[in-house]
Amino acid sequence: MTGQTIRGTVVIDTEACKGCDLCIDACKPGVLAMTTDRTNTRGYRFPELLVGCTGCRACADVCPDFCFQVYRFNGARTWSPEEGLR
Amino acid sequence: MTTRRPDGLTVLPSDEAPADATLVADFTADLVDVGEHHLCPGCGEPIAIRAVMDGLSLLGLADRCMAVFGIGCSTAFSNNLDVEVLQALHGRAPSVATGVIRMRPELAVFTIQGDGDMANEGLQEVLHAAARGENIVCVMLNNGVFGETGGHLTVTTTIGQRTKNSIEGRDAAEHGHPMRIAEQLAQIDGTGYVARGAVNDAGNVARTKRMIVDAFTAQQQGLGLSFVEILTMCPTGWFVPTDEAPAYLAETIAGTHAIGVLRSELA
Repeated sequence: MTGQTIRGTVVIDTEACKGCDLCIDACKPGVLAMTTDRTNTRGYRFPELLVGCTGCRACADVCPDFCFQVYRFNGARTWSPEEGLR
Repeated sequence: MTTRRPDGLTVLPSDEAPADATLVADFTADLVDVGEHHLCPGCGEPIAIRAVMDGLSLLGLADRCMAVFGIGCSTAFSNNLDVEVLQALHGRAPSVATGVIRMRPELAVFTIQGDGDMANEGLQEVLHAAARGENIVCVMLNNGVFGETGGHLTVTTTIGQRTKNSIEGRDAAEHGHPMRIAEQLAQIDGTGYVARGAVNDAGNVARTKRMIVDAFTAQQQGLGLSFVEILTMCPTGWFVPTDEAPAYLAETIAGTHAIGVLRSELA
């Protein structure tokens, strides 16, 4: 079975975000992307989590608005388009 | 439940804590009570103050520390912290901290000031506190502008840097040369630890955190004044987009104010 290994994940407080984009460049696996079609209630674009997070916590370290909570899975999971996150 | 963005990328859920996973970084540091603040998007000061608070937590100094804040944007963040905070007059934080440490020498007393506050308004306070070897930790958040009062040039503004009153870039003939504060303090015999960090990327944040830990360790060992300068982003004052500010810091500010440990009396 093929699939992409996922080691971690983040919880994003989208309402706290001020759309500064710092997390996008800080994310080494490149799994954060700013929204293109919607904003939070204050009118800022915010980051969304794509597939491939490693739980490295770089986003939490550079976020000036404390938007990230970082988790590492107890045992890596895999993601595939057919089966989703397993 | 995954969703698909208009550009075709797959989005994983990120609105609640996952099952069977370990928390490695919470929203706020242990000693930051409230994350919400009114500083600009992309500001480096909350990142720097978080690094200071993480250092205090790591050393277990949370219940016996006292912060003295100067005046600047960072002061607005002082109410969010779970430590005792004193508010000094503009530039006078090291002198207020001197009073505190002399009355309560068992405390970990530290000051947080911006570059405008420490280097323009009250340079002599920190220089004399260092010469006296006061056993405090002084943190300077250096973004090269008076952020709170509108983004004017400070004494640490680098040559060519644009500010509100050097709109074509700082020119040495017109505005004078920048001062390197950490280098000056490193030459004073009363200092135990002097370093300069930055918060423009995750690697530098981790490095800065180690500097903070070393600075408080030197303070706990009674080695004299410890000084950590932290280069922070001010995209509003620099007239650069928020996502370009970290690279601007690395290329422009850090070229004059080099990152590294300048003096350490730690064994």
